[in-house]
Amino acid sequence: MSEAREFKHIGQRTIRPDGFDKVTGKANYGADLSLPGMIWGAILRSPHAHANIKKLDVSRAQASPDVLAIATFEDFPSVNAAAQRNGSQRKDLMDTACNIFANQKVLYHGHAVAAIAARSQAAAIAALDLIDVEYEVLTPVLNINDAISADAPILHETMMTQGLAEPATEASNVSARMELKKGDIEAGFAAADVIVERAYDTPTVHQGYIEPHATTVVFNDNGPSMIWCPTQGHFDVRARVAQLMNLELGQIKVVASEIGGGFGGKTTVYLEPVALILSKKSGRPVKMEMSRGDVFRASGPASASQSRIKIGAKMDGTITAMQATLHYEAGAFQGSPMGPGCMTVFTPYDVENLYVEGFDVVVNKPKVAAYRAPGAPQSEFAAEMAVNELAKKIGMDPIEFRLKNAAKEGTQTIYGPKLKVVGLVACLEAAKSSPHYNAPIPENVGRGLAAGFWFNIGGQSSVIINLNPDGTGTIIEGSPDIGGSRASMQMMAAEILGVAPSSLNPIVADTEHVAYNQTTGGSRTTFATGMAVVEAAEDIVEQLKARAAAMWNVTAEQVDFTDGVAHNLSGEDQLTLAEICASAEKTGGQISGRANINARGAGPSFAVHICDIKVDKETGKTDVVRYTAIQDAGKAIHPSYVEGQFQGGAVQGIGWALNEEYVYSKDGIMENAGFLDYRIPLASDLPEIEAIIVEVPNSFHPFGVRGVGETGIIPPLAAVGTAVAEAIGQPISSLPCSPPKILKLLMAAH
Amino acid sequence: MVALTYHAPDSLEEAVQLLSTARQPVKVLSGGTDLIIQMQGLTQDERLVVDVKKIPGMRAADWSDDHLRLGPSMSCSQFTKRQDIQAVFPGLVEAAYLIGSTQVQGRASLGGNLCNASPAADTIPALIVNRAVCLIQGPNGTRRVNVEDFLTGVGKQCLASDELLVAIEVPKPAARTSDAYLRFIPRTEMDIAVAGAAVSVTLDDDGVCSNARVAIGAVAPTAILVPSAAEALIGTKLDDDALHAAAAASSQAANPISDRRGTVEFRRHVVGVLTKRAAKIAANRVGAV
Repeated sequence: MSEAREFKHIGQRTIRPDGFDKVTGKANYGADLSLPGMIWGAILRSPHAHANIKKLDVSRAQASPDVLAIATFEDFPSVNAAAQRNGSQRKDLMDTACNIFANQKVLYHGHAVAAIAARSQAAAIAALDLIDVEYEVLTPVLNINDAISADAPILHETMMTQGLAEPATEASNVSARMELKKGDIEAGFAAADVIVERAYDTPTVHQGYIEPHATTVVFNDNGPSMIWCPTQGHFDVRARVAQLMNLELGQIKVVASEIGGGFGGKTTVYLEPVALILSKKSGRPVKMEMSRGDVFRASGPASASQSRIKIGAKMDGTITAMQATLHYEAGAFQGSPMGPGCMTVFTPYDVENLYVEGFDVVVNKPKVAAYRAPGAPQSEFAAEMAVNELAKKIGMDPIEFRLKNAAKEGTQTIYGPKLKVVGLVACLEAAKSSPHYNAPIPENVGRGLAAGFWFNIGGQSSVIINLNPDGTGTIIEGSPDIGGSRASMQMMAAEILGVAPSSLNPIVADTEHVAYNQTTGGSRTTFATGMAVVEAAEDIVEQLKARAAAMWNVTAEQVDFTDGVAHNLSGEDQLTLAEICASAEKTGGQISGRANINARGAGPSFAVHICDIKVDKETGKTDVVRYTAIQDAGKAIHPSYVEGQFQGGAVQGIGWALNEEYVYSKDGIMENAGFLDYRIPLASDLPEIEAIIVEVPNSFHPFGVRGVGETGIIPPLAAVGTAVAEAIGQPISSLPCSPPKILKLLMAAH
Repeated sequence: MVALTYHAPDSLEEAVQLLSTARQPVKVLSGGTDLIIQMQGLTQDERLVVDVKKIPGMRAADWSDDHLRLGPSMSCSQFTKRQDIQAVFPGLVEAAYLIGSTQVQGRASLGGNLCNASPAADTIPALIVNRAVCLIQGPNGTRRVNVEDFLTGVGKQCLASDELLVAIEVPKPAARTSDAYLRFIPRTEMDIAVAGAAVSVTLDDDGVCSNARVAIGAVAPTAILVPSAAEALIGTKLDDDALHAAAAASSQAANPISDRRGTVEFRRHVVGVLTKRAAKIAANRVGAV
């Protein structure tokens, strides 16, 4: 692609096609579908964090005329048979099943034990009292230190640590260890003039999407069963439910409703298989929804972490070695984002000698789910805090220090590939010349800066574009829109077809109306589905040329198509796209374009954030007074939604750093399962997040796109942590920087 | 469907009659911003509601010669719009303005805030420093109870099951008197006080504090009056030493718990800081009069 290329639609700020319905309340979300004959499901959840189920007796419920169906773990088909048939990992499938319904043991406060369907939600909730459960309460394991201690209660008797040098011989709460290395770490530290070594920890946090999980399901014995739900990936909901229920993919149809936030948290299943079981047993459509408390207690939060970081540098600012030991809480079942955490921790730096060790640790908390750049905010927080401290120690500006060591094209990553063209240096330069960085630091204010790296992915996307006889059309895609992607699809198709974006209606089709699409995640949609949209539009252009050629009695090679108009290169004739569509009946029927791709070449996105924080020295209260987010978008298709991603990521990261955390009693009961006491930032808490879009094009995308959805949540943790440390003159080692913690540091210093 | 039994009487007598003849404790409804949440999980039989806000006078606020008579069901948004009240009790008005959100304030009431008796209720310390009195009506007539004595524990007050709070009387303050209320929350709004402090001061013409009252919230089972903090202010020009002494007295009087919102040490310290700051604001307001 040419960098100087001029676009007609791309880069404009068009009105999003889904906006009107959303602001007028017409859009249908997860809880909005009701069907004739529909009944309600409700879930009985564990009041204990860790307990054996001695008895689960549903006979009283069974006998009640109000109860139309009951579901428990026993209603899952044999996981062995299902795993074999679907070729999925047995262990993984078993964990998913055991998370949806406890299997003889409850592993966190709020863990589902059984479900009931009744005629109303109130009746279903009331009937839960008819289920008799006897628990043998066990000591809960609530943090990494407790989990890895020698006398820790073991959550899973069969869990043996994978990835040790010597095979494990005893059960452990550490499910896996991993190691990545590059160069000679010892030699690297030996060459350093200054070494910083620090430990950091971060709390359990939730994605905090506003819409609770909800679903309406209709079981159908003679055709596909229907699942309606808000999800980031309805094809993967279909696959997961099919695996769990031992069905063929064709026996399930999933419709993705509008979605009220996901941020990675709506990439798995909780209610859908339960509602399917209840619908099958009752013969009725079944609706289920989580309360806000259920969402906090039983849907995936993000891992708490403990990190130890050691970095060495020469006095000239050259980093000689970086080392990390990273522990991630996985929640009740293995599978924290330890892997990406280890892979990303030092990627912003081009350093010879690296060593990273990661541990995946189970605890009595809900199983973690993805949250924007899963694993990276925790590890890069630790790395960036230490980098800032090291820069200060050797007396270098944090931007200059990073520029001296910045990853760039050709940098060998610790996880395998060499980086292609990336925008870290461009982001650092933009930060250096930004109004914010050049503004003096006000009194009582600390300033922090941090970088962030995330890979981004491509993957499978399928798109159909149908043109109507009047030249308008429909873009049929299968990527749930969690950030304005429908607007971007319109713009990319319009750019190729030379029509107005608003003439193309983008729809997210259900699993029956378009071929498989990977989940919206990994910042893939504008890149990969966008690439499929471009290919489908180009497919149409070829057809338009052929149709015009047929009308002019020339060959398709003699037709040029530019800005929505076909030109006969052998004459003066012109036909607009609408004119070609109007005569499609005579030239071979209606026109559709199609693309089914596995997109390669996703471009990583780097970011640099700058944060100014004021601290009330008498109370420890923090106030973000200025914040700037700078990030490489490759090419911003719709700048407003790119800025929205930067701002949203920054705000979630600020919340993580300042006040968000799961608070547990010593018995493992979550004490702040609501937005009153789980404190995400409010609009009034924050200044306008200044967004600066850097564009270093990704040559693998027709317009140069890099995914932007995730990187923005990475830098805030260390930008905020450093700003607070600067403001109070004390090192920060633990998030969140909540007022009691900050006041304690201030008082200890006096 | 949530079923409940609902009455909306037109008179105090009818309301008291309903309270005293009910088979079980009645839930008295004003704005419902606390009550409706608390009713989740109750059985249908337990949901016996008497809505008192339709009774004449329950949403009014009228001045008499020596006091302001507040209808307990007046919404915070109506209350905070009353510039005549704001001019006299700016601290009380700012306390009401801190409750919930704009939407919540459309329903929430001072009487509800009082009867719900949360240790963290924002308006209670401000009512206490202004010497507010509760007028209570029961089957055998009415009685008067000072706000600081009205509260008996976490979520508890001295109303008998057949009694109703019918008015809050706030005496007109002496000349050169003003008040202020501050609370600590980690965010800017939509939160519950981690600590709160209200201060009322009267200054003489030389700027010497001739009278003061200090009340603190969210640091004990009920909001409490702190005479020792007031004494630290009286007779001074609210210099740093006096403010420091008042802060120390509030911290000393606090008897907080550690929970998801804050620790004992944090609350104890911060309630002192708030006392000091609120005293300064109240004094500045007198100066501005």
